[in-house]
Amino acid sequence: MNAAELQKKTPFRLTLPEEEILSPGHLACQGCGAAMAMRYALKALGRNTILSIPACCWAVIDGPFPYSAAGVPVFHCAFETAASTAAGITHALSRLGLDEITTVAWAGDGGTFDIGLQALSGAAERNDNMIYVVYDNEAYMNTGIQRSSATPHGAWTTTTPTLQFKKGPKKNIMEIMVAHSIPYAATANIAYPEDLVKKLQKARSLRGMRFLHVYAPCPTGWKHAPGVTVKIARMATECNVFPIYEVEEGVYSINRRNPNPKPVAEYLKMQGRFHHLREEDVQFIQSRVDRDWQRLIKLEQAFGKAAGT
Amino acid sequence: MKKVLTGNFAAAYAAVAARVQVISAYPITPQTTIVEILSELVARGELAADFIKVESEHSALAACIGAQAAGARTFTATSAQGLALMHELIHWTGRARLPIVLANVNRAMAPGWSIWADATDAISERDTGWMQIYCEDNQEVFDSILMAYRIGERAEILLPTLVNLDAFFLSHTSQVVDLYDAERIDAFLPPYRPAVKLDVADPRSFGALTSPDYYYEFSYKIQKAHEAARQVIAETGKEFGSVFGRSYGLTEAYRCEDAEYVLVTYGTIAGTAKVAADRLREKGFRAGVLKIRYFRPFPAEDVVRILGRAAAAGVVDRAISYGQAGPFYTETRSVLPGAGPALTGFIAGLGGRDVSVADLESMFLQLRDGKHSPIVWIGVKP
Ligand SMILES: Cc1ncc(C[n+]2csc(CCOP(=O)(O)OP(=O)(O)O)c2C)c(N)n1
Ligand SMILES: [Mg+2]
Repeated sequence: MNAAELQKKTPFRLTLPEEEILSPGHLACQGCGAAMAMRYALKALGRNTILSIPACCWAVIDGPFPYSAAGVPVFHCAFETAASTAAGITHALSRLGLDEITTVAWAGDGGTFDIGLQALSGAAERNDNMIYVVYDNEAYMNTGIQRSSATPHGAWTTTTPTLQFKKGPKKNIMEIMVAHSIPYAATANIAYPEDLVKKLQKARSLRGMRFLHVYAPCPTGWKHAPGVTVKIARMATECNVFPIYEVEEGVYSINRRNPNPKPVAEYLKMQGRFHHLREEDVQFIQSRVDRDWQRLIKLEQAFGKAAGT
Repeated sequence: MKKVLTGNFAAAYAAVAARVQVISAYPITPQTTIVEILSELVARGELAADFIKVESEHSALAACIGAQAAGARTFTATSAQGLALMHELIHWTGRARLPIVLANVNRAMAPGWSIWADATDAISERDTGWMQIYCEDNQEVFDSILMAYRIGERAEILLPTLVNLDAFFLSHTSQVVDLYDAERIDAFLPPYRPAVKLDVADPRSFGALTSPDYYYEFSYKIQKAHEAARQVIAETGKEFGSVFGRSYGLTEAYRCEDAEYVLVTYGTIAGTAKVAADRLREKGFRAGVLKIRYFRPFPAEDVVRILGRAAAAGVVDRAISYGQAGPFYTETRSVLPGAGPALTGFIAGLGGRDVSVADLESMFLQLRDGKHSPIVWIGVKP
């Protein structure tokens, strides 16, 4: 069924750009959230895009030499250099009079929250002209599911075994980026492709450092069936584990609200990486999710559009 | 146009003369004046370049890599700790075949903190695919950077170059440097136009996952490029001479034609060794100096040809490969035929210790009298 037929049949209007830039021969696992993220991102950004991709699953997903699935130029860079390499690319393009090309740094959570944070902070402080996308699968998946500072409290990984599961909260990368006073920072989720596409299109229309934190489940690492990736991703937002919001020039807007948020327990239950948790662990996680959500609401009250009026 | 310039200014003016389009660098003593003057020249509009003021050397080279891959001519400069911090990306540049030029002010590695001359920093980057030049004076710094772009950007070469200048002995010492004129330099070094780059009209991936089916050939090609570079370096050095009046080779042989005793060395020690050779020749001692300009590709042919005529030779290293010997000594040894000449390795001047004319005269004399050991320490204190 093509897009036009689909539109006729479904009550929803398909708003995603139709063109497929990512080709189907890529190497992602079945149900890979990171592959969906790239597919939507390329739809949003178009072919006038250059990617800088560090070591991460996407270094493999794009395909081995001499193949490339991305459909746009890809520079594979060192693990911690997504932002610094992209800085070089974007400055060169501007020097060469090719400003209309969008430079995108595309990195995993490890390459962003951990080893690449210094380079990212530098590029953000300089306000280098790029879109930085972190697809967050909450661990080092490429190397076989080791914890990162994006791994949430309670999760099993190979370096946080169930007997000593990950303790402590996920690093709040959005707040770190907002603290750099960049023009645009937003969260997005592969379960809401229209929102993701809209945000990337908005980001493309701006200049300077634009940051997108994209939620991208990993069936292999999270221990769930490939078929439920989108369900889990949607659940993460529906229970406020992963709120969808944006901060434009310091102004907060929450883009999705849940009048009756689902219990976090439902989200945790869907993934093998949380199966060892006891009732009190789940309650603790729920309390933290509630607290973080309240904090975000206060930020929006204080620094949202309504705040200034 | 001639100017009195420090080695650092010569390096910065060479980047300007090469019309680099993107600079990214991070300050470290004794390289700092390079980034300072370039910041000033870019701010004044005397150099039409973007200077990316990064937060580390690691990001500096990463940014140069991105910029060069996107089709810009780039320049960076560092020293010792900074070069070591770049190490992963030094490999990256070499394997990505990006002809970036890096001015490295040779400085000792910590601890203890030392800001003085020592080549161990650059030697540690030996196996990365970069070409390496060691300069004797500030004019050579300026000229070598121009030639490094010209040579490195050749389609059959595509290799980055580390242009080394000794801490303080060059970086902060003023000498007369001929900056030539822009017209002749532009004719010698046309704009950078890579055949392949990041190009939305021709999307490719660079540096993708590479199976054993391909990796081996990539390495083979880097070695072949280094081998081809020997001739290109020699030709370019000659052409440079015909345009600007100063010729260069992979090495420079000083009074070696009839020399019985030859000291092989590099960097500023070469200049001191020439004075020592002159003094000894006044006394009838037939001394010569073989200055190695290019450590990579290693000038095996020159070394064999010139040392082959000597009775004995020595290699003076301002660096050491612990557990073996001076790095230039082992390289020299490796290319000489078993028959000789007798070869001595001198370790001198580590961490900026002065290497005097008298020291070098004594090394020449040791070649005549010596036991030809792989390591002879010069002036080591008990
Ligand atoms: C300097 C360096 N250290 C370690 C590695 C090994 N390594 C490659 S990818 C990776 C994890 C990547 O995790 P993330 O950024 O979250 O991306 P994902 O694999 O989850 O997609 C690691 C540790 C490396 N390539 N380079
Ligand atoms: Mg990850």
